[in-house]
Amino acid sequence: MKKNNYSKKHLEYLKKEKKNSLVIISIQILVLVFFLLLWELLTRFNFVDSFLFSSPSRIYNTTATLYSSGELFTHIFTTLYETILGFLIATSLGILIAVIFWWSSFLRRVFEPYIVVLNSLPKIALGPLIIIWFGAGTKAIVFMTVLVTIIVTIINMLAGFIQADEDKILLLKSMGANKWKIFTNLIIPSSLPVFVSTLKINVGMSWIGSIMGEYLVSRQGIGYLIVYGGQVFKLDLVMTGTVILCLLAGVMYFLVAFLEKKLVRKPK
Amino acid sequence: MKNLLAFEKVSLTYYTKTNETLAIKDLSFNVNQGEFVAIIGPSGCGKTSILSLAAGLLSPSQGKITLSNRQITRPDDKIAYMLQKDHLFPWLSIEKNVRLPLKIKSKLNTENIEYANQLIEKYGLKDFKKYYPEQLSGGMRQRAALIRTLCSKPELLLLDEPFSALDYQTRLYVCEDVYKIIRSENKTALLVTHDISEAISLADKIIVLTKRPATVKSVHMIDFDKSTTPICRREDKRFSLWFEKLWGELNFEEK
Repeated sequence: MKKNNYSKKHLEYLKKEKKNSLVIISIQILVLVFFLLLWELLTRFNFVDSFLFSSPSRIYNTTATLYSSGELFTHIFTTLYETILGFLIATSLGILIAVIFWWSSFLRRVFEPYIVVLNSLPKIALGPLIIIWFGAGTKAIVFMTVLVTIIVTIINMLAGFIQADEDKILLLKSMGANKWKIFTNLIIPSSLPVFVSTLKINVGMSWIGSIMGEYLVSRQGIGYLIVYGGQVFKLDLVMTGTVILCLLAGVMYFLVAFLEKKLVRKPK
Repeated sequence: MKNLLAFEKVSLTYYTKTNETLAIKDLSFNVNQGEFVAIIGPSGCGKTSILSLAAGLLSPSQGKITLSNRQITRPDDKIAYMLQKDHLFPWLSIEKNVRLPLKIKSKLNTENIEYANQLIEKYGLKDFKKYYPEQLSGGMRQRAALIRTLCSKPELLLLDEPFSALDYQTRLYVCEDVYKIIRSENKTALLVTHDISEAISLADKIIVLTKRPATVKSVHMIDFDKSTTPICRREDKRFSLWFEKLWGELNFEEK
């Protein structure tokens, strides 16, 4: 029976809360501005070598050059395509496998040691094999992304499925529920928070996968820009690549956070 | 009175890697139609297993369990189970929580939904229909859980210490609440508890179990009038006499 007729004290409290978050955002922006300014000044007055450390203005110029030559979006879309495709494949396939393992504890027990070993294996070790199997191209990079992301997905989602309350399962069974009904009525809704946190982790993981893949084999993409820039000692290119990566990863993270708001009902 | 639930020489053995445990041995008892039966026993004597057996979630190693002379082999629509905590699903509104058994049994038709709504209205949760469990008090939640138990129109309710998760004050109130609702709906109930006073304040018949392997030690018909509610019973002189008697029997078993 709560309506929107807040008391005066309550309004004051809300105002204070709003002010607090405003202060936090302004300081966050200030920190960034200060950092960029300091970087620019230090390089401009030759306190640090702008050839080695680049500078905000040089990054801006490099981006502008890449843009006017039309390369910028080719690189961005290549990497985005690989990352998103890998992300989607790994997430859906990983969840599917987690469901199968939840369904059959027999299969889970059989495959547990393999999952554990695959999880601890540094996937980059498989780099040469992947190049030979999939050729030096997008396929290999997407495969690398899937490989990096999928094991974590399986482990997280399975843990989420299994932590569903035993007593609630018992309750549903006493109502005559079969495994499918337990899954749809209890396991899925109770695993939603784990699902969202898995998505968040997977965003990071697929960026690792795609950039790692591009380091190994590629002729375009942000990872390629960075590696190429390093090889020919164009550190402006390396920094530009890194900045673009930061922006892209940030946007993707916020998309997932937005999804979280839509999916997970917060207790009031 | 018609016999509803019957245990006939039921035994239950548990197996683990290192042990074989005989939890229940030659357990026989009846629950008649309309009766409120309480089972008390020393802790760890397998009270919950008895309910799981009655609910068809476990099968006995030996013996037979029947509901209206039909053997129970799997969860039956005429039986509803209420656990220690309310176990309302936090992502469902009260209304949807109450209807859960209907959904699981694929019986979500207008008639049954109407019945669920009637129960919600009758027992004072109408204003909270659209609320989520976390917005309700412990007592309210337990009431919602009871209505959920009732909405599939079971004949027999199995209650596994349904008040133990509540604080004392709420417990007395919910106990009263549940008693009245079960009586007014004319349901048969089988309650297991370790709380002697709860058993006396609710039951028509109390079955005392021995320690493991559990079997029936004694059966007592509690001689209160059916219309006396739990609180009134607690105020009655006979209450303390019953308490002393049952406490003595249980205590003997615990040693």
